[in-house]
Amino acid sequence: MAKLYSKSHEWVEVQEGSRARVGVSDYAQKELGDIVFLELPDVGKEFHKAEQFGTIESTKSVSDLFLPLAGKIVAVNQAVIDNPALVNQDPEGEGWLVEIEIEDKTQLEELLSPQDYRSFIAQEH
Amino acid sequence: MKKKLIFEKNVAGRRGFSFSKDDVPRYLWEDFLPAELKRKEKLYFPQLSELDVVRHYSRLAEMNFSVDKNFYPLGSCTMKYNPKMNELAAEERGFSQLHPYQEEEDVQGMLELLYLLEKVLVEITGMERFSFQPAAGAAGELSGMLMIKKFFLQRKDFLRQEVIVPDSSHGTNPASAALAGFKVVTIKSNQEGLVDIDALSRICGSRTAALMLTNPNTLGLFEEKIWDMAEIVHKQGGLLYYDGANLNPLLGKVRISDMGFDIMHINLHKTFATPHGGGGPGGGPVGARGKLKEFLPLPLIGKSQDRFYLEYKLPNSIGRVRSFYGNIPVMVKAFAYLLRLGKEGLLRVAEHAVLNANYLKEKLKNYYEPATDKPCWHEVVFAGLKNKTTNVRTFDIAKRLIDYGVHPPTVYFPLIVKEALMIEPTETESKQILDEFAGVMEAIAKEAVNNPQLVKEAPHTTPVGRLDEAKAARQPQLRWVPPSA
Amino acid sequence: MPYIPHTPKERQEMLETIGKKSLCQLFETLPVDLRLRKELNLDRGLSEKEALDFIKQLAAKNKNLDAYNSFLGGGVYPHFVPAALKAILQQGGFYTSYTPYQAEASQGTLQAIYEYQSYICLLTGMDVTSASLYDGASAVAESILMARRINRRKKVLLGRSLHPEYRQVVKTYTAGIEIDIEELKWDKEGKILLPELEMNLNDDVSAVVVALPNFFGLVEDIKTITTLAHKHNALVIVVANPLFLSLVQPLSYYEVDIVCGEGQILGQRAYWGGETFGFIATRQEFLRKIPGRIVGRTTDKKGREGFVLTLQAREQHIRREKATSNICSNQSLNALACSVYLSLLGEQGIKALAERIFSRAHYLYEQLVSKKLVQEVFGSHFWGEFVVKIPHLEQVGKEMKRHRILAGVKLGKLYPQLENCLLVFVDGDKSKKDLDSFVQTLEKLI
Repeated sequence: MAKLYSKSHEWVEVQEGSRARVGVSDYAQKELGDIVFLELPDVGKEFHKAEQFGTIESTKSVSDLFLPLAGKIVAVNQAVIDNPALVNQDPEGEGWLVEIEIEDKTQLEELLSPQDYRSFIAQEH
Repeated sequence: MKKKLIFEKNVAGRRGFSFSKDDVPRYLWEDFLPAELKRKEKLYFPQLSELDVVRHYSRLAEMNFSVDKNFYPLGSCTMKYNPKMNELAAEERGFSQLHPYQEEEDVQGMLELLYLLEKVLVEITGMERFSFQPAAGAAGELSGMLMIKKFFLQRKDFLRQEVIVPDSSHGTNPASAALAGFKVVTIKSNQEGLVDIDALSRICGSRTAALMLTNPNTLGLFEEKIWDMAEIVHKQGGLLYYDGANLNPLLGKVRISDMGFDIMHINLHKTFATPHGGGGPGGGPVGARGKLKEFLPLPLIGKSQDRFYLEYKLPNSIGRVRSFYGNIPVMVKAFAYLLRLGKEGLLRVAEHAVLNANYLKEKLKNYYEPATDKPCWHEVVFAGLKNKTTNVRTFDIAKRLIDYGVHPPTVYFPLIVKEALMIEPTETESKQILDEFAGVMEAIAKEAVNNPQLVKEAPHTTPVGRLDEAKAARQPQLRWVPPSA
Repeated sequence: MPYIPHTPKERQEMLETIGKKSLCQLFETLPVDLRLRKELNLDRGLSEKEALDFIKQLAAKNKNLDAYNSFLGGGVYPHFVPAALKAILQQGGFYTSYTPYQAEASQGTLQAIYEYQSYICLLTGMDVTSASLYDGASAVAESILMARRINRRKKVLLGRSLHPEYRQVVKTYTAGIEIDIEELKWDKEGKILLPELEMNLNDDVSAVVVALPNFFGLVEDIKTITTLAHKHNALVIVVANPLFLSLVQPLSYYEVDIVCGEGQILGQRAYWGGETFGFIATRQEFLRKIPGRIVGRTTDKKGREGFVLTLQAREQHIRREKATSNICSNQSLNALACSVYLSLLGEQGIKALAERIFSRAHYLYEQLVSKKLVQEVFGSHFWGEFVVKIPHLEQVGKEMKRHRILAGVKLGKLYPQLENCLLVFVDGDKSKKDLDSFVQTLEKLI
């Protein structure tokens, strides 16, 4: 299934059933610069839609991560914790951040399609 | 090539210092203190001779740019010349060998100096009282914010939870407000880089505790509508805080109180020429007028007939913000500077600070894009190179300046200007230095077009080139680790 | 005109370049009704000699420690500082330079701070430290804020035996935050009352603050306190005298979480309490929660080693209102003085100084107690400072002062229950004669 995006530059990719992967967009990693550290939540924690679930630190900023839709954390990507540069290298692939159990699938409809996200970024510029 | 740390210069058996003969009987640790607390491990401090130490540090000193050697046009830092006379003044043992717990009768000269210094600062700014406790500008800001908080708490004005800060402000402003427990509301600047007064009217209300401003602002522009802003804030029951970072061009020209400010801090290490010391110590006295002065950090300096004393009877004070009385040597240096300048000297400082900045603006505007057309005050901001076709950025220009022996100006600040270069020459620089600097900047602007790689890979002449900051943050190495560990 | 180099000709040329006729025209954007119409009511500027003479005159009105045999301590411990230290510090490259934001132009300062960070880690036994804070008092306040950031709990326990000024500063700093500071009483040995500590420890407690030594000079039971605190997952903050630490096991052995303190004793002058720095050190695990700037090691493109300010994303200039603290500067020159001092004295020198202080304090104490010149208050579990009781202390103190002895800090004003009590510090440079003079003078008075 294609990725969906939030206006705060996170992406969601539904895996199977109600499980989904979450990461930051390629645009985000470009803007943030070299990623040096990630603060991610423990498995089991639950968050509302648009609630801050962690932070992403680069050499020039510490930015908040917002969960695009409500859910419970079921996996955390240890690979990016060990090697934050992975987020720069493959932000929308191997550089994923967490996996969640989606609480309410209808919230997916509120997110942006890849084309809508591209237009959104173009506007921001 | 590896850098040799002082720990790596260790030679077993070397000594750098010796004590006088020990004629007092020795006592055993175990008789008084727990045996298991006693250190069994080595400290791993290096063993060095005095010459080893002197050489090591002298070499380090040489690796630094400094005002004594280099032009340092950092915006809002006021890197003016540090007069050596001030250092001599601070060497007086009559000050340096005073213990804070000595009785007041022993420190009358110290108290008098601070009393006189306070009087001068009051006259310059129009505030009514100053406290010297805050150890730096940021500490002064925090004190100011805590004072404002307590002020409203006393009146049971519980709604006053917000502090308004322009988007052009220095980072310590919102940080200090937040630390004091306020919610920070950022107000956008208008097209001219000044506070949007309509936006201010809309935001300001019964929740507003204070508006924090520096004037001239971080673009070097004077907030001409400052009186109107003060009225808006005061009408809503809020207070006006002045960040003293840009005080230099106002000396003798306008008083802070006359602009409507209620409370402020001064950066002694900026305006009053005390040395920056590589990042401290500084001094950030906080001053206030009206009822607010009752909340100043204690103690204050009092005078009764011919005696000076420490004033602790301040029931509304926010308390102490530092142990004892403040960064005293910095006060002594500032006082010496003010004695030397006098009233006419202060005025000349303001005039020449503004003259120098405007001169540079004129000399640089053909190659660098001024952030605004308005005449600047003591600092001028450029939005990077005029020529936007090159891929050379402000960051690269800063690094290339180092090759020319000039310390880079402030870069990427204020945040509201893209590719910002913020230049404050200060009044202690001569026309020659400014002309040289303009020449260098012009040369770099040309290099950006003709030889961009040279600029993008600068600096080339320093012991190290651009350092990998990502690596430093990803694999933090923040201290030397002893070999056996 | 002091420090302003412009000649009239240059001024003219510059004004012409700008297209202005006079300096006044430069201030056109200053609204007319804001302008100062009259001169500042200040004196005219003095010549360098006049200014220095005036300052000398003020200095002469003070009676400094040179005039006394002083036993004043209480957080500021004046002692001899080697001449080489001043010579090094006075180099323009150190004291007229700016914060090392441009690393390539500031390798000297950055390496010096890196070395300072290393020294503090070696002394405390912790993994990381920042580039210094304003003083010990604000270091304690910052440690408490840090603990709160780590575990988000709202209560802090500390002893009344912690320096009164530090406690006051903590109170001021935490006024804007939701936090509850609980002060614990001391036992008959002047240390934190352990039963009271146990009673107050629960899952609401963010941190326990314990001083080593405390204001009365006494060495607290770090081991027991840390064990108790950790049972409830509360953090332990040790406020340590860094010189004393040279004689103490690395605090990591006790699994202490944060070590902070006052650095004056390492190479700073007394300066009426004004020349100093604070330090804060912690475990690797809390690296990103520590306030203040930090210097780290890295390499450039050619593989050459260098130093940079790192982890700046936590700091005020980037994080703004979400910063770990509002601290913008450190006490760079003072931290440098600390490094230089430790380098000159070396391990041998530092330990020797700490041991000399220990011996002198105990010698004086023994003399005073055995000759029944004073009453014991807390006993002798101290390092370099002790508390004794002397009836009619006010009178006795005055008389001692007339004999050019500053006997110590009178505790009555700071602690009402310690009326007539004196806090005595014995510096490592004091000779036996200095100490015997104290004893003999007191003997005569009593």
